[in-house]
Amino acid sequence: MSADNQLNSNVPEGDLKDKWSQHKFNMKLVNPANKRKFKIIVVGTGLAGASASATLSELGYNVHTFCFHDTPRRAHSIAAQGGINAAKNYQNDGDSIYRLFYDTIKGGDFRAREANVHRLAEISVNIIDQCVAQGVPFAREYGGLLDNRSFGGAQVSRTFYAKGQTGQQLLLGAYSALMKQVNAGAVTLYTEHEMMDLVLVDGKARGIITRNLRTGAIDRHSADAVLLCSGGYGNVFYLSTNAMGSNVTAAWKSHKRGAFMANPCYTQIHPTCIPVHGDYQSKLTLMSESLRNDGRVWVPKAVGDDRHPNDIPEDERDYYLERKYPSFGNLVPRDLASRNAKYVCDEGRGVGPTKLAVYLDFRDSINRLGKDAIEARYGNLFDMYQSITDSNPYEEPMMIYPAVHYTMGGLWVDYNLMSNIEGLFVLGEANFSDHGANRLGASALMQGLADGYFVISYTLGNYLANVSLDSVSTDNDAFAKCEQDVNERINKLLSVRGTTTVDEFHRELGLLMWDKCGMSRSEEGLKEALKRIPEIRDRFWKDVIVTGDADEFNQVLEKALRVADFLEFAETMCKDALERKESCGGHFREDSQTPEGEALRDDENYTNVFAWEFKGVGNEPELHIEKLIFENVKPSVRSYK
Amino acid sequence: MKRITVKLVVWRQKGNDDKGMFKTYLAENIDTDASFLEMLDVVNEGLVKKGSEPIAFAHDCREGICGTCGAVVNGEAHGPREKVTLCQLHMRSFNDGDTIILEPFRARALPIVKDLVVDRSALDRIMQAGGYISVRTGSAPDANAIPVPKKDADQAFDAAQCIGCAACVAACPNASAMLVLSAKAAHLSYLPQGKTEESQRVLSMVKQMTKEGFGGCSNEYQCEVACPKGISVKYIAQLNKKYLVASIGSE
Repeated sequence: MSADNQLNSNVPEGDLKDKWSQHKFNMKLVNPANKRKFKIIVVGTGLAGASASATLSELGYNVHTFCFHDTPRRAHSIAAQGGINAAKNYQNDGDSIYRLFYDTIKGGDFRAREANVHRLAEISVNIIDQCVAQGVPFAREYGGLLDNRSFGGAQVSRTFYAKGQTGQQLLLGAYSALMKQVNAGAVTLYTEHEMMDLVLVDGKARGIITRNLRTGAIDRHSADAVLLCSGGYGNVFYLSTNAMGSNVTAAWKSHKRGAFMANPCYTQIHPTCIPVHGDYQSKLTLMSESLRNDGRVWVPKAVGDDRHPNDIPEDERDYYLERKYPSFGNLVPRDLASRNAKYVCDEGRGVGPTKLAVYLDFRDSINRLGKDAIEARYGNLFDMYQSITDSNPYEEPMMIYPAVHYTMGGLWVDYNLMSNIEGLFVLGEANFSDHGANRLGASALMQGLADGYFVISYTLGNYLANVSLDSVSTDNDAFAKCEQDVNERINKLLSVRGTTTVDEFHRELGLLMWDKCGMSRSEEGLKEALKRIPEIRDRFWKDVIVTGDADEFNQVLEKALRVADFLEFAETMCKDALERKESCGGHFREDSQTPEGEALRDDENYTNVFAWEFKGVGNEPELHIEKLIFENVKPSVRSYK
Repeated sequence: MKRITVKLVVWRQKGNDDKGMFKTYLAENIDTDASFLEMLDVVNEGLVKKGSEPIAFAHDCREGICGTCGAVVNGEAHGPREKVTLCQLHMRSFNDGDTIILEPFRARALPIVKDLVVDRSALDRIMQAGGYISVRTGSAPDANAIPVPKKDADQAFDAAQCIGCAACVAACPNASAMLVLSAKAAHLSYLPQGKTEESQRVLSMVKQMTKEGFGGCSNEYQCEVACPKGISVKYIAQLNKKYLVASIGSE
């Protein structure tokens, strides 16, 4: 690897615990009177985008915010259930900023950047203060103070929550702050606008091209900086717990204009989802991980045991997690729980009509604690399960199976959340920076809000105070060229008039990705996927059916544009998975495991970030490397035996 | 697994200024475990295959929380089951041979975008008028500095569950948005942080609601029945009281 290909993360000097405060002091400030002169584009209105829009406009920047939804409150952050971590130590149980930092680094399997993670842990405490002040109705104790719970196997209770709807309440908090700023005239809001391209002028991000989803109009928007807060790419798998509209387009278009895509192979597969039930299925539903606190996971010992679960005697059941991991049992981390479910199903011991499911059984907990206690803890989840599956989990075991849930990879950013393109900042799930190869439960909400409320407000100012920007009008050739590219792509899609639907292509891609780049990956499988993806993509452009016209509300066209990007992105994802020949976090390589079948990391060769540079559709991307340096936490082997 | 065939009578309308009409489609051989929207997906796949325009309907999370989906099914907003959104309604709620009439959420303040998709931006504008606590980022005291009685916090949460789907507007004979508005006002008023701006909030939000062309409340309680989150009409009564007090107190 040449020295040119080493990326600089711009992490400030100094002690880990002082880096952020020192950096805040060292950064230049923008004069309050000048802030209004800077126009900032924010793409996306989830936790990161809504909080950034509100905060930057409060500081005085001229903020223009875009989302493809009909209102900012629909962004998929709304669906997060469990909670948000913060190192408040309100429970006096030994939590601290350093412990949250340590847990996140370890949970990320030593593939995250120390300085970013420490900053996240520091800021976590301010987030809770901010949200409470906004009126987020967190759960409280009888004394009126905030309640906490332990989540995702953490040994301290640091998770703040609002029943099973924490994401909803936090997003509505950020949305309310955004609405306040729209009312004040400080944010210009563009709903039903999808970002179609990033515009660079003199190598800097200076605007975007959007499609008005209501009218089909293609518009140019210039700015002094662009913030991408566009979420993750889990829908490359077709079936995932993401919303139907979640997509990679904004990130992928930026990648095609030069932004590096980092660690795209890191995807989180959540173990407790409702299994697939038919080929018409459109999405998967997550059941909160908290269920594993009282549910026992099992499959029949015998292959092909078709009896009703209640008729299978105790000694013919295999509680495989308890058997293999006696000290953690059913509470092993997400990646282990998911992979082991796959193994027992691969052995032919899966249950249910598709044989791609395992039982999550509450019988013993109900016998021990009583039905009322279980209902108090999980009532709403049991109701949801019964509503979807028509099966009563109080009387028979739930059936669960892993599903794609979150993507740790994303656009590469430095410590300031700026990509390698000057003026392009990436926040929340859309960037790669804080979760390494595996994200801990209740940490996604924390990161989205940390980036939006408390990081970007400083680092954006520092960028603007140091850079010299010519004023750019949307008449600039760069805007014309990008707009032309967008129009050509749309016209090309509409002119195919083939025989296969967008969903059929998406499903085909998703099945391939799930099979070859899902819970378990092999060199052979990835090579096959890399051969087949271009074939599917070629067929897509020759045979897709897109009905309707460009200049109208056209949901088929919207989807086709997103799937066209997934068909390009998928190749980079598989390439990344192929190149990372170690197992770590959510990335399990079959050729890198211990004799007991556990993930085997290769710290000597892979303590780094892979950041890919686009070199044309179908061409090999160029690899750039950021070395990860662990000065404070020594990488160790995760053991849950 | 059970499969059924149902007849769909669907409102088709190209845009708000166009004339709409009902059209009939057959949803054949549908797995009863499929969700209502998945049934529509199957019908739409068939239409697209034939080169016809699919039925436009709004949807996103498909787990009942984002508030994007919604249509009137056989006269009921979000369909026959209580306390679920359309995406959480399953075809097992229907029988083989049923006729299902599908219409958009109709209200003057919710113009039709296309077919079953309506424009709900008026609800955003009501929120912009006052559905927030005016706190700047960074100016918050410690989260535990102000204790909130658990009962108040729980009540605030119950009111805060509104997903902004507008089923209540569609169900109301006056097309009123009072349930959405009052739930937000109640959520914030139950909390000490939200009390400071209470009077201004209710006055501004009600004013905006009227300006948007929503009707007034005449205690029909249809909104509560239609609400997928079970938001109570008691918040409307609370709002009326606050509104009265605020009106008397205002200059």
